[in-house]
Amino acid sequence: MHRLAGCLALLSAAAAAAEPAPARRAELVELVRQDCGSCHGLTLKGGLGPSLEPAAMAGKDAEQLEFVILHGRRGTPMPPWRGFLTEDEARWIVEQLKRGLPK
Amino acid sequence: MKRLFVFVLLLAGCATPTLRGTGDLGVVIERAAGRVMLVETTKRTAIGRVAGLGDLSHASIVFSRDARYAYVFGRDGGLTKVDILAARIERRVIQSGNAIGGAISQDGRLVVAANYTPGGIRIFDAGTLELLSEVPTGSKVVGIADAPGNRFVFSLFEAGEIWIVDASDPRKPSTTRLPGIGKQPYDGFVTPDGRHYIAGLYGEDGLALVDLWHPERGARRVLAGYGRGEEPLPVFKMPHLRGWAAAGRYLFLPAIGRHEVLVLDRVDWTEAARIPVRGQPVFAVAQPGGRRVWVNFALPHNDAVQVIDVDAMKVVKDLRPGRAVLHLEFTPRGEQAWISSRDDNAVAVYDTASYAELARLPAENPSGIFLTSRSAMTGF
Repeated sequence: MHRLAGCLALLSAAAAAAEPAPARRAELVELVRQDCGSCHGLTLKGGLGPSLEPAAMAGKDAEQLEFVILHGRRGTPMPPWRGFLTEDEARWIVEQLKRGLPK
Repeated sequence: MKRLFVFVLLLAGCATPTLRGTGDLGVVIERAAGRVMLVETTKRTAIGRVAGLGDLSHASIVFSRDARYAYVFGRDGGLTKVDILAARIERRVIQSGNAIGGAISQDGRLVVAANYTPGGIRIFDAGTLELLSEVPTGSKVVGIADAPGNRFVFSLFEAGEIWIVDASDPRKPSTTRLPGIGKQPYDGFVTPDGRHYIAGLYGEDGLALVDLWHPERGARRVLAGYGRGEEPLPVFKMPHLRGWAAAGRYLFLPAIGRHEVLVLDRVDWTEAARIPVRGQPVFAVAQPGGRRVWVNFALPHNDAVQVIDVDAMKVVKDLRPGRAVLHLEFTPRGEQAWISSRDDNAVAVYDTASYAELARLPAENPSGIFLTSRSAMTGF
């Protein structure tokens, strides 16, 4: 029982750590808008790359989207962003895209 | 007599503030604000702003042949005709869902928008912005440029084709399709003499070359296999190609996935050199006169601009104009370089002889810089 509680505590600590700090969040939003935006459009409605609006994200598997962000997509111009983003940050970006990127 | 005198005074009073040329004017995109800044390169100042232009991510501009009007192509499909002397919108239409750029015809009568969604081009009357005709492509249109004979040339990203549209009869344009030109053309340009169209390929190493004097000969590959089979480096921003690649007999072209500028000899179409640079080149722009080529870069090297000496074929200067350098443009005779720094909210003006910073104009997230001298240039 003790062990389970400890494990739960660790898990929730990990979950808390997964959320980027507010200042970093603002940077991430800016990165998505400006740098992802150079192919996906500043409003994310698509360009050379597909739309990243919530309607386009709906029904897409979150883990797969994280993987594409971090590792890119072969055969397309989508590059791997792992040098700029941690896994937690990629996960947070996917969450934001699914619900609409904050202003 | 007295009345005439008053009349003359009145006339002078009305006319004086509006009389000026446009030869030293330009337009800077303030992309997040949906606005353009009008600039003047003699005193290096902003002379006005025009708002209400919609989504200007990846916006581009062509100028009317009298260099008075700027046609602004927005990402949201907006096509706006801006009167740069009066600093106001003359006309505006939403012409598609998702545009990438445009071109103006040799005779200045037609403006053409290139679209991603739905893929194709739309041909407009440059005076009224009335839609005259369209050419659907079923594929994203990239690298549109005008060519002599009121033709427009562009590439299709998914289809891997180059199309040449003759719009001499603008309501009934005729199209020549060149299929199989290579994988994923990402941009293309017409050489300053209007003779050759070159498309850069993302999906393979090389570029596709078309002799517009002989389109029946089709496209040929140049700089094939420049990557030498090595795994390409990631490309965090697509390079942009235009006639500014030309410096004398050479074309300076960004490699894809290599931190190099490739030099193509346009006499025999062979590789003349490859120049190592700081990062993935985005714009490689020859200074008018062709003595030097200035290069900016994709993330994470987008704070740098490097200058290549064309004689020595190597980098001779490293500049740091600001954070997120998005574009650079020279004054017509090349004495100034205007460089936009998106994240420093500034346009920096450099003296190209001394590399001294001459001015720094505040601008909100500036991207493209377009000077009116483009109005006289084929392929712009």
